Amino acid sequence: MADEVILLNYWPSMFGTRTMIALAEKNIKFDYREQDLFNKSSILLEMNPVHKKIPVLIHNGKPICESLIQVEYIDEAWPGKNPLLPSDPYQRAQAKFWGDFVDKKVYGPTRLIWGPKGEEQEAGAKEFIEMLKTLESELGDKVYFGGETFGYVDIALIGFYSWFDVLEKFGNFSIELECPKLIAWAKRCVKRESVAKSLPVSEEITKFVPELRKKIGIE
Amino acid sequence: MAERSDEVKLLGMWASPFSRRIEIALTLKGVPFEFSEQDITNKSPLLLLSNPVHKKIPVLLHNGKPISESLVILEYIDDTWQNNPILPQDPYERATARFWAKFVDEQIYVSAMKVVGKIGEERDAVVEATRDLLKSLEKELVGKDFLGGKSLGFVDIVATLVAFWLMRTEEIVGVKVVPVEMFPEIHRWVKNLLELGVIKKCYPSRR
Repeated sequence: MADEVILLNYWPSMFGTRTMIALAEKNIKFDYREQDLFNKSSILLEMNPVHKKIPVLIHNGKPICESLIQVEYIDEAWPGKNPLLPSDPYQRAQAKFWGDFVDKKVYGPTRLIWGPKGEEQEAGAKEFIEMLKTLESELGDKVYFGGETFGYVDIALIGFYSWFDVLEKFGNFSIELECPKLIAWAKRCVKRESVAKSLPVSEEITKFVPELRKKIGIE
Repeated sequence: MAERSDEVKLLGMWASPFSRRIEIALTLKGVPFEFSEQDITNKSPLLLLSNPVHKKIPVLLHNGKPISESLVILEYIDDTWQNNPILPQDPYERATARFWAKFVDEQIYVSAMKVVGKIGEERDAVVEATRDLLKSLEKELVGKDFLGGKSLGFVDIVATLVAFWLMRTEEIVGVKVVPVEMFPEIHRWVKNLLELGVIKKCYPSRR
């Protein structure tokens, strides 16, 4: 039976980007459906009634919510080609630990950086750089977070790369100066076709964020 | 992979619903372990060394190698000791179990913690918000003995936080967050949990 795969997403999302990369790594064709988050569609509300959030992956009519859960699902449902998580339980646990770290520690500060100016913004910038440094030290001299092969933690973090320019502008810092190895890693990642074709264009995110600030009443 | 001379140590706290999850999983798998009670007001060098990023319990040390974050540890245990599986085999069911586990930690727990810290009208609002979240869990339990179906599974172990932390904390805080009239399925599920040997062992009725 041919698989029917649908992705409900909103183009600037660093989370939806993860799912797109994972699908591309497995060479799975999918039907991309852009969502309007300010006017949620009935399919989004029906498929993610708990959070009503993108991305939602729909596989043969069944919805999977939360991007890292989707990446792991994709790895388990289509095993074989390009494994995204290691098979060794300890290595696997480490990968999941760092994926969770990106969600718990990196995303929050990014919201503060492009949010209202002031103390919170400064604290967000400081926190964001500190968290990136922690990740850089975990990366060390490896090619990818998992070693020689591109995988789960790379996918969890690389979605933020398109946002780096706009975060630097609002946060008044240079990520390349603070974390040169991490930037070298990101440049390696974007050479992969799966990443290149899934990541939003930086310039478009840089144009999008001020518009979003206006729309939600920050500016 | 599990070896014959496994050395398993849990850095935890008896009052923590997060470290209790790990005790349940290890007990269910029949893995002997050493429990090391931690003092979070005075963190031990072993805890700081084992979890330098978050500096939090629980940490599982398996033959000296540390694993942190309770949901990550539970999956590690299930991958390492494959008897009495905690997660289902089917990828879709696994994804669904992970979704509810995350829901318990990131929504229910976060909301319930606010109940503890608030008073008066502000507290009424967070109690209401917590109940709204619990309604999703209540719905999940309809027609099932456990969140995992016929037997104790990943989501049940994670949601013992609701059964034995939230529903016992409410006595201390003095407000019934999970009244039986509103949540009959959750109360039925708690009764089912209490009949299990592993729960009796890991969550004695009072401590």
